[in-house]
Amino acid sequence: MTSIRFMWTAYAAVWIIHGTYIAALLRRYRRLQREMNSLPKS
Amino acid sequence: MKRTFPILAAVTALLLVFGTYQALVVAPTERTMGDVQRIFYYHVPSAWTAFCLFFVNLVASVIYLIRRNTSADALAVSAAETGVVFCTVVLVTGPLWARPVWGIWWTWDMRLTSTLVLWLIYVSYLLLRRFSDSAQTPVLAAVLAIFGALDVPLVYFSIWFFRTQHPQPVMGGGGSLDPRMLRVFLLNLAVFTLYGALLCWGRYRIEVMRRQVEETRALEALLDDGQAGSSPARSSR
Amino acid sequence: MSLLSPVTRATLLKDIRLEWRSKDALNSMLFFSLLVVVIFSFSFDPNAEESRQIAPGLIWVAFLFSTVVALNQTWARELRNHALDAYRVSPASPNSLFLAKTLGNFLFVTVLEALMAPLFVVFYNLRSIGPVWQLLLIGVLGTFALVVNGTFFAALSLRTRMREIMLPVILFPVSIPAIQAMVEATHIVLTGEGTARFWIVLLLTYDVVFTTASLALFGLILNAE
Repeated sequence: MTSIRFMWTAYAAVWIIHGTYIAALLRRYRRLQREMNSLPKS
Repeated sequence: MKRTFPILAAVTALLLVFGTYQALVVAPTERTMGDVQRIFYYHVPSAWTAFCLFFVNLVASVIYLIRRNTSADALAVSAAETGVVFCTVVLVTGPLWARPVWGIWWTWDMRLTSTLVLWLIYVSYLLLRRFSDSAQTPVLAAVLAIFGALDVPLVYFSIWFFRTQHPQPVMGGGGSLDPRMLRVFLLNLAVFTLYGALLCWGRYRIEVMRRQVEETRALEALLDDGQAGSSPARSSR
Repeated sequence: MSLLSPVTRATLLKDIRLEWRSKDALNSMLFFSLLVVVIFSFSFDPNAEESRQIAPGLIWVAFLFSTVVALNQTWARELRNHALDAYRVSPASPNSLFLAKTLGNFLFVTVLEALMAPLFVVFYNLRSIGPVWQLLLIGVLGTFALVVNGTFFAALSLRTRMREIMLPVILFPVSIPAIQAMVEATHIVLTGEGTARFWIVLLLTYDVVFTTASLALFGLILNAE
């Protein structure tokens, strides 16, 4: 693997890690929104 | 308040793109390492952000122990989680940088090794939070965070001395930086810190929401039980 | 013994007496420790020069495993008879309980090490070029480092699912500098190359810092329920 490929892999890895985490957060957020809406108004 | 977050998120995203562009295109190529050195613009800012977030966790944990303020605890767990994310990035980019430059994946370099230990401490913190069944989990977790913080200087000393006995290649930014590189580095440092703060804030909001839902649910269950016999017309959810 | 408060002394003696009466735990722990040494000896060829170089690491890892297994049952007995609740409501200071538990564990683990160390010496043909009293000092400081945090973290992980695995999970990361110190110091003394002073001082510092922290915070977690 030429050295420049390491750089691209690193940059890609960074955004894959962050992307996965952000996606998980968004999913949680949407689920919580749904639950909040489904709760009877108290 | 509701509008602020999406706007800030958009601004941060743009800044991240700009920072990456600067790192990949504008910054000059390093003389000895070549283009691979550009990993530096992600590696070090991520480490800095992770350390900041872990520090926030420590402060929030101490505040929680003193004041028993639930929002302090929510901040503590948010900072820890996002800190671990940034820390993971450091541990992944480190070897990817070290391998082409020094021929070895892992060097017991001070920064990388202490980052590894910090990562381990905080992952164990998150696991304790997840698996603890006590109602006082926040207290236990806060105590663990304090123990972790006490450990950090000891980790630094032990690695430092070990390194003087068994010298290894030094990673990253040894020596002075070309001013153009410094500019790009500082820009990315600022952008990553902003991104880290935003991510932590987002996680914090989600945590607060989660607790609200749980509390309402618990209250619901309590009321449902209380009214079980007396209102037959009450619809079930 | 007169340094210890009456509560500490009583608790410690109670634990020792209980261990002595039901020798089951002690016997199985001893046998486990023996097995660990044997397994290591099969896995890391004792005749190879490299293995003798890493012997300090092997020894301390073996001690670490035994410590964790010993610690895991440290609070189990208290839980079983709700003795912990009795402590909480009694006017006895939480530190007395913690000190008693730590000293009890320390004694217990030392007994295990006293068995394992000679076996390692025998299997790996170890001889020490540096002074042996330093090895003993490292042994005491290192064991105490593992035991003091281990006892504290055992209390932290008391009410967790998968308690047995949670204890090493939260103990190992924090113990890393101490483990590095013990292993390096032992290696230096065995090979006689240089002085182990730095590592011994680091171990001592580690012990002081975490004993203080544990005593300061134990009350908080004992009452956390």
